Amino acid sequence: MSELERKRSAAPVPSDWTYAAAPESREIVSVDERYGLYVGGEFVEPRSAEHYATLDPSREEPLAEIAQAGAEDVALAVDAARDAFANGWSELQPAERAKYLFRIARILQERSREFAVLESLNGGKPIRESRDVDLPLAAAHFFYYAGWADKLEYAFPNRRPRPIGVAGQIIPWNFPLLMLAWKIAPALAAGNTVVLKPAETTPLTALLFCDVLRQAELPAGVVNIVTGDGRTGAELVKHPGVDKIAFTGSTEVGKAIQRELAGSGKRLTLELGGKAANIIFDDAALDQAVEGIVNGIYFNQGHVCCAGSRLLVQESIYEPVVAKLKRRLSTLRVGDPLDKNTDVGAINSRQQLEKIQELVAAGEEEGAEIYQPPCRLPEKGYWFVPTVFTNVAQSYRIAQEEIFGPVLSVLTFRTPDEAVEKANNTPYGLSAGVWTEKGSRILWMAQRLRAGVVWANTYNRFDPASPFGGYKESGFGREGGLHGLEPYLELEA
Amino acid sequence: MTRLPVRKTYKLFVGGAFPRSESGRTYEAQRQNVARASRKDARDAVRAARSAQPKWAATTAYNRGQVLYRIAEMMEARRAEFAELSTGTREVDTAVDRFVWYAGWADKLAQVLGGSNPVAGPYFDFTVPEPTGVVAVLAPEPPLAGLVTRLAPVLVGGNAAVVVASETHPLAAIELAEVLATSDVPGGVVNVLTGLRSELAPVLAAHMDVNAIDLAGADGDVAELERAAAANVKRVVRGRADVQSPYEALSFLELKTVWHPIGA
Repeated sequence: MSELERKRSAAPVPSDWTYAAAPESREIVSVDERYGLYVGGEFVEPRSAEHYATLDPSREEPLAEIAQAGAEDVALAVDAARDAFANGWSELQPAERAKYLFRIARILQERSREFAVLESLNGGKPIRESRDVDLPLAAAHFFYYAGWADKLEYAFPNRRPRPIGVAGQIIPWNFPLLMLAWKIAPALAAGNTVVLKPAETTPLTALLFCDVLRQAELPAGVVNIVTGDGRTGAELVKHPGVDKIAFTGSTEVGKAIQRELAGSGKRLTLELGGKAANIIFDDAALDQAVEGIVNGIYFNQGHVCCAGSRLLVQESIYEPVVAKLKRRLSTLRVGDPLDKNTDVGAINSRQQLEKIQELVAAGEEEGAEIYQPPCRLPEKGYWFVPTVFTNVAQSYRIAQEEIFGPVLSVLTFRTPDEAVEKANNTPYGLSAGVWTEKGSRILWMAQRLRAGVVWANTYNRFDPASPFGGYKESGFGREGGLHGLEPYLELEA
Repeated sequence: MTRLPVRKTYKLFVGGAFPRSESGRTYEAQRQNVARASRKDARDAVRAARSAQPKWAATTAYNRGQVLYRIAEMMEARRAEFAELSTGTREVDTAVDRFVWYAGWADKLAQVLGGSNPVAGPYFDFTVPEPTGVVAVLAPEPPLAGLVTRLAPVLVGGNAAVVVASETHPLAAIELAEVLATSDVPGGVVNVLTGLRSELAPVLAAHMDVNAIDLAGADGDVAELERAAAANVKRVVRGRADVQSPYEALSFLELKTVWHPIGA
């Protein structure tokens, strides 16, 4: 027996399929030991004199020391943004503003491999995703909004669009660079300046992005990056020099921000949580639907606000769907985020891992049936096996609360009406999926689902030209497309 | 012998009916006894709006436009009465013309505010505006034109409304309710409450089944109302009493984007 055959016969298929490891080289990125704050076009030491370690979640090893910006640091960044807004940026010819954004898009494309590796290193997501999804979309976003900068009056007929001023932007850790692009590109295209706070656990690509800004020769102070935890975000929200807040993150924090801004007159957009239904009808193309289910919930370890975390299967096809899904699950490769074969990477942080563990335990306790494929997890780092719960009642926490991890809850329905009712039975309303071969039913469902994005016979598709955002407690305002400009403009008559 | 005129009892307008306040209270405004809606009346109005909204949203845009136009027709017929209860004929004309203007928007909003998006293939996607649901409106002054300026853009997109009338000059709003009751607006789509702002506004701002609130006519603690509105991530609008544009309607609309692959 050859070595390979011996291994195959000894190990239970498929937990030890012997793919050769194919790790992407880390050589392409150089991470500094310690980072300052990017304020007024240069890196400065934080006045707070506080730092914290950012980790590689797949190894639980520190990568760099990150500044914890305090109130004074945030104030300096806002001052720099105010100054840049008043002295140049808002007066710049829109066509020139566009060129800066085009430059940024081009540089991101050129350095995309470097960014992708760093993203996977710091966030734990598979390189296949950061390389094929996050980076191309981030660059495309800048390219898309670049083109709007000198065409704003065509976007809003009969209005005179004016920039608002300084935008304070707070982004999450699930798509660090892509969320940065979603925030910064429309803000700058509309003529605003920016203070952006990356997520506490994933600041590195935002800090590398400062280098792109310098390469693009963007005027100092137009974009400022302040790192830190929630306290830094709170300082940014409170600062009177900020005219607009854009936040992507949890519904809980979103509500706190809305409360904090009450009476301030500041503009606000919120992109918050979700508990999307992915609905499979009995006439769906089942193999495609199963791929869609997997993409819907295991993409980016389920750290996706629009993840299809509630699977609604029509009763008559419940058994074949669950059987196919379980089989497909056993072929998912969990492991090194930098390995090009990896499907599911590391959980972003210990805190998030504990939250997933808590909700999964609650699911078992409440009586749901858990399935996890055989799977060997690395010893170090934060990991969670892709999980499916069946026998889930609508009242269970795993059917109500956003888990933000690779955990799927399966429910059933009989009629389209029941599917709609169950899908809408949530305070959230960010996204939904529908799988059926019947065109009229797709449109019928799409009309009734209370969600900002409905994917029919596909899932988790994004494009800079397409608006994204929630109904109900999933927030308000849209990002992407023409509608993504509106939150950054005053539309004067 | 002189004839004794028949006096009107000024009541609320909830679910297409004219109930008194369940509290039995009234207050004096414009030298009349006017119903003083209670917190429970406000909650009843939200419930009426919620149950009427889906059907209103499901009417065709063309039909919705005609219903709004019908309101303008009916108001025009009561021009003199409205003029007496508001600041005069100019205000009435503004209000009537406002309904006419928004009536024409009903079947154009989706084209102007939505459309197909040029996404990377092989996918097609389109964006449509949809009503946010139940909208609370604190009507600003002047009592008729202010109310209509804020109400018409709410209705045109398919929302249902709970309106708090001017506290000091509520009679024009009640007159409008009578117009609505005899026009083709389904019961519950517009509900009109008279009473004290300080009592009603906090209930509507905090109500978990109200999707959006227009604070145009809020007096007192706007910050407190906005804070309460965060409980269910309400869309908060600080509308003006003197503007009309499709973007006023957009404030009460959600944008839904639907994707589908393209394949043979």
